[in-house]
Parts: sequence; C-alpha cells; structure tokens
Amino acid sequence: MSEHLIEIEHLRQYFPAGGFGKHKKFVRAVEDVSFYIDKGETLGLVGESGCGKTTTGRAMLRLYEPTGGRFTFDGDVIFDVEKKQYADMLPYRKRMQIVFQDPYASLDPRMTVGDIVGEAIDVHKLAANKEERFEQIIHILERVGLNSEHANRYPHEFSGGQRQRVGIARALAVHPEFIVCDEPISALDVSIQAQVINMFEDLQEQMGLTYLFIAHDLSAVKHISNRIGVMYLGRMVELADSYELVDRPLHPYTKSLISAIPIADPKQARASQRIVLEGDVPSPLNPPSGCAFRTRCPYADERCAAEVPEWKEVEKGHFSACHHIDKCN
Amino acid sequence: MAEYLVDIKNERLSFFTPAGEVKALNDVSIRLKEGEVLGIVGESGSGKSVTAYSLMGLTAHPGKLLGGELQFNGHEIEHMTEKEMRKIRGNEISIIFQDPMTSLNPVYTIGNQITEVIKLHTDKDSAQAKARAKELLELVGINEPDKRLKQYPHELSGGMRQRVMIAIALACEPKLLIADEPTTALDVTIQAQILELMMELKDKLGMAIIMITHDLGVVASMCERIAVMYAGRIVEYGTADDIFYNPKHQYTKGLIRSIPRLDTKEHERLIPIEGTPVDLLNPPAGCPFAPRCDAAMKICLREMPPVTNFGDVHYTKCWLSQKEEFEKGASHE
Amino acid sequence: MKENPLSFQLKLKPEDFLPATEEEKQSQVIMRESVGFWKDGLRRLRKNKVAMVSLVVIILVMIFSFIVPSFYPYTYKEQIKGANNLAPMEYSQEEQARIDAGESVFPHIFGTDKMGRDYAIRVMMGSRISLLVGLIATAIILVIGSAYGSIAAFFGGTVDLVMMRIVDIIYTIPDILLIVLLSFTLKAPLTSLGENVPGFHWVNVVGENLISIFIVFALLYWVGMARMVRSQVLMLKESEYVTAARALGVGNGRIIKKHLLTNCIGTLIVTTTLQIPSSIFTESFLSFLGLGVAVPLPSLGSLASDAINGMQTYPYLLFIPALLISLIILSFNLLGDGLRDAFDPKLKN
Repeated sequence: MSEHLIEIEHLRQYFPAGGFGKHKKFVRAVEDVSFYIDKGETLGLVGESGCGKTTTGRAMLRLYEPTGGRFTFDGDVIFDVEKKQYADMLPYRKRMQIVFQDPYASLDPRMTVGDIVGEAIDVHKLAANKEERFEQIIHILERVGLNSEHANRYPHEFSGGQRQRVGIARALAVHPEFIVCDEPISALDVSIQAQVINMFEDLQEQMGLTYLFIAHDLSAVKHISNRIGVMYLGRMVELADSYELVDRPLHPYTKSLISAIPIADPKQARASQRIVLEGDVPSPLNPPSGCAFRTRCPYADERCAAEVPEWKEVEKGHFSACHHIDKCN
Repeated sequence: MAEYLVDIKNERLSFFTPAGEVKALNDVSIRLKEGEVLGIVGESGSGKSVTAYSLMGLTAHPGKLLGGELQFNGHEIEHMTEKEMRKIRGNEISIIFQDPMTSLNPVYTIGNQITEVIKLHTDKDSAQAKARAKELLELVGINEPDKRLKQYPHELSGGMRQRVMIAIALACEPKLLIADEPTTALDVTIQAQILELMMELKDKLGMAIIMITHDLGVVASMCERIAVMYAGRIVEYGTADDIFYNPKHQYTKGLIRSIPRLDTKEHERLIPIEGTPVDLLNPPAGCPFAPRCDAAMKICLREMPPVTNFGDVHYTKCWLSQKEEFEKGASHE
Repeated sequence: MKENPLSFQLKLKPEDFLPATEEEKQSQVIMRESVGFWKDGLRRLRKNKVAMVSLVVIILVMIFSFIVPSFYPYTYKEQIKGANNLAPMEYSQEEQARIDAGESVFPHIFGTDKMGRDYAIRVMMGSRISLLVGLIATAIILVIGSAYGSIAAFFGGTVDLVMMRIVDIIYTIPDILLIVLLSFTLKAPLTSLGENVPGFHWVNVVGENLISIFIVFALLYWVGMARMVRSQVLMLKESEYVTAARALGVGNGRIIKKHLLTNCIGTLIVTTTLQIPSSIFTESFLSFLGLGVAVPLPSLGSLASDAINGMQTYPYLLFIPALLISLIILSFNLLGDGLRDAFDPKLKN
C-alpha cells in the first residue's frame, strides 16, 4: 500500500463563509482531490487563482483542520477524517516543510536571517550548544548560496531572490524529506526565477528531496516537475507525466491553459492560434453543478451539468475528469 | 506635425529619498510613431514605469526630472504646468494600471466613473455621456452593458474590471495608451482575453500603445518595438525580431535564455543570470550590468558604454559591441 | 539614435577589453550597511527636529520636577509668614530685612500663593504629580490593554467575541460620573485603611480622589489600547511568517513572544507615548474640577483651579501651570508623532 511517500485520497477542505446553522455557507476550496508522490519525485500543481492549489499544499501540512479525506506520509497516517485519526504533528514538522510565495511577507522583519533559520533548530533541539547551532546555520545558508556575512542581517536588506533563499534555508534547517513549494518563484524577477529553479533542482539531487511544486506558470512547472496536476475550482481535472500533459492534454481546460501562455518568440507567437476561453472562473462559494468547468467549456452539454465527471485513468498514468474526452481529442 | 508621436530625449530623473539620491532614469530616449506598439521590458526597479509616468507628468514625490526633453504629440511635457497636463491626461494620453481592484473607486458605480471621464473632456451632456459609456463597454466586450453600468467595482471579476479600466482609458480616443503591467494581476486565461482585446482595439482605433511588462512572452506577441531596461537605462532597443533573434546586449541574451520554454522535449538545465539586481542607491561606476555579466571587461567596470547602432532602429549600449568596432578599426590602420 | 562615440574611442586601449576578474566585478557590488530595527528607528527619530526638540523639553521638565526640588530651599508645604501673594522676584518685609542685614535669601521666582507658599516649588511638585499620574496611569493602561487585546486576538472565535463585547459595554460607561461615585464610596474605607493599617499611610497623603482616578483608569481607559493591540495582533497572526513558524512546529508561547509581541513593539511605543499626554490631561482636568489630588499636594490642574479666584489680580498664578500643562502635552504628542514616523513599519520606504 505504501510504496508512495505521499498519498492523498479524497481530500476536502471547506472554509466557513458566514451564515448560521442550516444556512451556514462554505467555500469549497478543495473538493475530492487524490494523488500520490513518490520519493525523490516532483509533482507540479498548476491552476488559476482560487483553484485550491495553495490550500491543498497547506492542508497537507495540517495548517488547516481538514474537512475530509485521508493523507499518509511514508506509510504513517497523518490524518484520516473518516476514521478520526490524527497524528501528533511535531515529529512530522521535521520531515515536511513549506516554502512560501511572498519572500517579503514570509520572513519576520524583526529577526535576523540567522535567527530565522535557527528557529527551526531551536524548536526541534537539533543543536547541542550555541557553536553547533551557529555552525549549522552557516552550513545551511551556504547551501542556498548565502554566507556567514548574511546571518546577522535583517530581511529588508536583501533583494527578493535572496529573501527567497532565506525562506528555503529555513525549510531546509530541519532536514526535511518533503517540501511544499507554494508558488516560490511567482514574486521574483525573471532573471532570478531561473536561479531559484536551478537551486531547487540541485537541492533535490543532493538531499533526495520530494517536492510538491505549486505555481500558476505552466512553463516553469513543466521544467521542474516529473508529473503535473491541473486544478480548476477546487478539483483536479487532469494529471499526467509533464511532457505528456503539455504535448497531449486531454482535458479542454488544460488545452486552453497551455494555449493561453504567451510564447516568448515573436514568429511562433504570430503563427499560433490561441484558444481564448470566454468568461471568468465561477465563485467557489457557489460552484456550477456537475462539471465545474462546463460554464466555459466549448463541449459542455446537459450531461456535464447533471453529473460530476469521474476521475479516471484514461491512459496509463494519465488521469482526467471529463465526460467528453473522446469528443475533444 | 512632428514626425514622432512620442519623442523622449536623454531623460534623467532621480528620487531624492532620505537615504540618498536614487537615479531612477539615466539618459533614456524613446521614439514612437502613431499607431505603433512599444514594449518596455525590465525587472522591478529598472525604471520602466517611471519612464511612462513621467510622460504623463505623473512623477511621484520625491522624484524630480533632472534633464532631457519629453515631447508628446507636439507638446513639450517638461515645460507644461499641471493645469495644462490635466487637459492632455485622459484625453490624448491614457493609462491602465496593474491592479484593476485599486484603480477603480469602490464607492461609485461603473457608469458613474466612465461618464465622469467623458464629461470632463468633452461637452457631452449626461444622456450623451451615458450612451457613450454603453458604447464603450460594448467595445471592450462586456455583455449586458446597461446592467453593468449600475454595478459597483466589487461586483465584477478581475478580468471584467480590467476591461472597464480599458473602457475608461479609451473614453476620449487617446492617441497613446500606456499599459502598466495590465495583465500581471490576472490569470493566464484572462490575460489571453485582455491581450487579445487590446490588439483588436489597437487595430480598430489606431492608437499607439506603450506596454510595460516583465513578461517577454507578452511583448513577443504584441509589440513591434521593444526597449529592454536595466537599472534606469535602456540597454537595448530594436524590433521584436531584433531583440529575440539577434540580441546584442548580454542582459537581453541572458533574459531570453533564462525563460523556461514549454516546447522542450527533454530536461534542459535553465541558464540563469547570476548575481543580484543593482542597488540604485549605490550603483556601479560603469555599466550597471557589469557585476552580473559573464563577459565583463575591465572597461565595463569603469565607464558607461556608448551607443552602438545596428541599422536604423536597433541599438545597444554594451562595450562588447564597441570592442568589435574597435578591433575592426584597429585592423584597418 | 546617433550619438557621437568618438570622445570615448579616443581614450580606448586594447587592454581595456581584457576580461574583468570576479573580484573586480564583486568590488562593484556594495552591500548597504546593516541596520537593525532599533538603530534604524533611532536614526530616523534623530533626523526629526520637532521630535528631538520635544524630547529635550520633556527631559528638561523632568529635571525641573524630579531633581531640582531636592536642592530647592523651600518646600511645597512650607508657609512663609508675611509672604502671602508676592509677585515674582518680590520679597516679604521680613525677608527684605534679612537681606538688608547681609543675609542671602533665595528669591521667589514665581512669587508666592495666598497662603505664603513659594509658587515655583509648588509648580515643580505639581508637574511631578501630573507626570507621575500620567506615567503610572499609562503603565496601567498599557499592561491591561495589551494583555487583554492580545489574548482576545490570539484565541479568536468565541473568546474574542465575548471579550470585545465587554469592551463595547465599558465604552458606554460615563467616566466622570464613575470617578465621582467612586471617590464618595471609597472615602470612608480608604481613610480608615490609611489611619489604621500600618504601611498604608501614603493612602491619606495621596488622597482617595487620586486613588479613584487610578482605579477608573484601570477599569475604563484601557479599552482603546486593547482594541488597538487586538487589531495589530489579528493582522500579524495571519502573516505568512507566523504560518511558517507553525509549519516548523513552533509552539503558541514562542509564537506570541518571538513573532507577535516583537512586531507589536513599534506600535505599542507610539500608542503609549500618545497615551501619556491624554492621561495627564485627564488628571489635570479632574484636579481642576476638585476631583484630583488631596491638599496640600499640588498638581498642575489644582494649581490652576486655585488660581482662578485671583485671576484678575495675580494672573501669573494661572498662566504658569496652564502653560506648563500645554507644554508637556504638546511635547509628548509631537514626540509620539515622531516615534510613529520612525518606528511604524507601514511607513518604511
């Protein structure tokens, strides 16, 4: 059963959105999402804002109380809502970590970089004394391309790319096995993004890390991921090997997402025909019945409005949830 | 009538902050003909927005124009008073901002905000202005315009709000539209809609556009001319083909190389530009890109490179190009 | 885009085009001098002339009211015979006689009051009392308000709801009425406490009015501070660095101490500084109405109140304390504004 490091089954995460008693409303941020990640693998998660990709990542670290589903990490049950099993998180906080999107908001402005990285060492008592703590901090900072000179400085003295390195160093301080990368490059300048992506790849190779890489930029996700999952309005709509997904997308949403990406090549851009989706993403407070994508899908019919499409393995390793996979390919 | 709609010559602009002088623009020159689309690409802090804002006379405190000529449609912007500027703004030159949420006033209806601009710059009465507002909403592809006119900004989605912003910007059929990262805050599928709309409107109305963005993908598909900015200077300028297929400056080359591509067949390592962006408070003495440039020479650290021209349009400011000319010159002697 | 590159070319030498070394490149990158939160804030504060002048004024007033009285030849209680209602720098007949006899007599800089007490020392003591009341009351407000506000915000949900409704109710209680009621009800028990219990004699010196003022501050005036701290903590609690700390397994206590409180300090300093003048003002106002310190202890408000009767004849008796109240309150307010500019993170470049 547990050949996979990460296994998520039917994860649901709702947030209350006002109302009382029977009329209580919920934002269905994540609805019935299942996937697995193998050791040393990177799973990319893409989708537009509000599709639930960030919530999925944070729910895995139990930063929210999960509404439903089951999550096992290396064979251990982290939570199983149906069976009401919840693991004590503290030992797992050392094994699972997170890197945030905004390198400005995710570092405490009143702490030095050394203390930010050192906090994890203190909490998990990884260092016996001050010298050892300092040594470990310097060692981790050097890993992410910073040095001991930087340890006594405050976050506001750094550029965006350097701050993101500090954020990564903080996550690495506990020597985790699995890291949720929550849009770690979205807030960075183009020339810096490549530096950070390369660093993620190097660290994975050196430390045998497993990543869940969340981003809205499909080209960057494709570059770093082995497999990619596409989310829309809280549901996973397609999941496949990254080259497979980009070359032969099955779901109409994935297709339009790929075609909407501006190509950094004038001749190709002039030649390409875009599939421009009409309309906007519906509100997760009041999602459409049946298939969530049907309001913008060119192939939608009555069936899409009536039934939620089943999440199935269309080809080996290529999952999708659509009633009309035959029709649109 | 001047030959160029926009003609900025050697603009220098600094922000005088408590920590010191920040040289936001150094010797920036831009020319744009009517109906052309110019893309300004650069990282945050490279001065791309400052350039465009100064053309509208909207330099924020504590910024100060230190030199250069700014011509727009026959007006000399640098000599104009605030009152004269106000006649031009929103009339001959308009701007759309990055965040459509904060640039619309939440307490007025969409209709109110559009008709206000129309009445400010034309002598239309309320009924005519309302009819024009409806027409504009239809132009930017908003369905049920009558209903939308009565709605408040928070009732619309991000993409819809950006369409409203475009409608307001187009109210007086400006000659120049400045788009400051118009799609950065939007999702990819909505970005595609907005870019498509902007190109359609450009063909229909024949205005010039200055597109400010950090996304090379956006400029590649939209712009005829591209200016690449780094640390308050234009380091390379040319047509889209020049920039993408024949880049001369090391920064432009690095930028194009560092983008992950969707069409690769196997895993290739990305080639980043190493180092950190320039601290504009302590800029290097020579070429600002030199500390990050892997082909930097001794002269690069000492002197600012002069302009090297390639043909009519394409130019760069890089000592490497100067080196080639210098060696050519040396062999002739 | 024709520019003349000739002026450059003339100076060029082939060795200029040799590749630059890594060290040469790095020498161009200057990292700014490291500045911590306090250092940065103090640097900004020092540049603010208005705030620095206010700080100097406050320090001068403090020296004047806390240190100078110890060396002063008169005391605030001492009634000098025959020296009633002297004008500034005037001597009584008896003192004049001593001066004529060759003795040196310290002048009455601000004159004397109608009971023959040296007015300068009374003003000094008055500002000492006013400052003390302001500082103590603010300390009470700070402790209660910030503890209450941060507890409400940190635990959130129902706890927050109940605690903040209590705050809303407290806002509706009329403070003057409560002070009057309290000083009446506390009069008897406090007097007997001061007379009968050893070690509580100070209660009678301070007076039941002043004690009820403190009680009212402790009961009512912390609500503004509590609301402010609550909103600050609510905001900080949702920040990503707190989420990051949670993901690292950092416990609640450490999150409050290391992340929430340290990031509140800037705002707390500013609010506290701005609270001091308002406490001083309230005390002066109440003393002026006769609800403040007990005689013969002066406060700036009671001095002004006493001087009202002789305003026509001895206007300086009113002007001096009134001016001092304005000066203290203005200085604290201006200093508070300066501190806000210096320490409020929202205004940071």
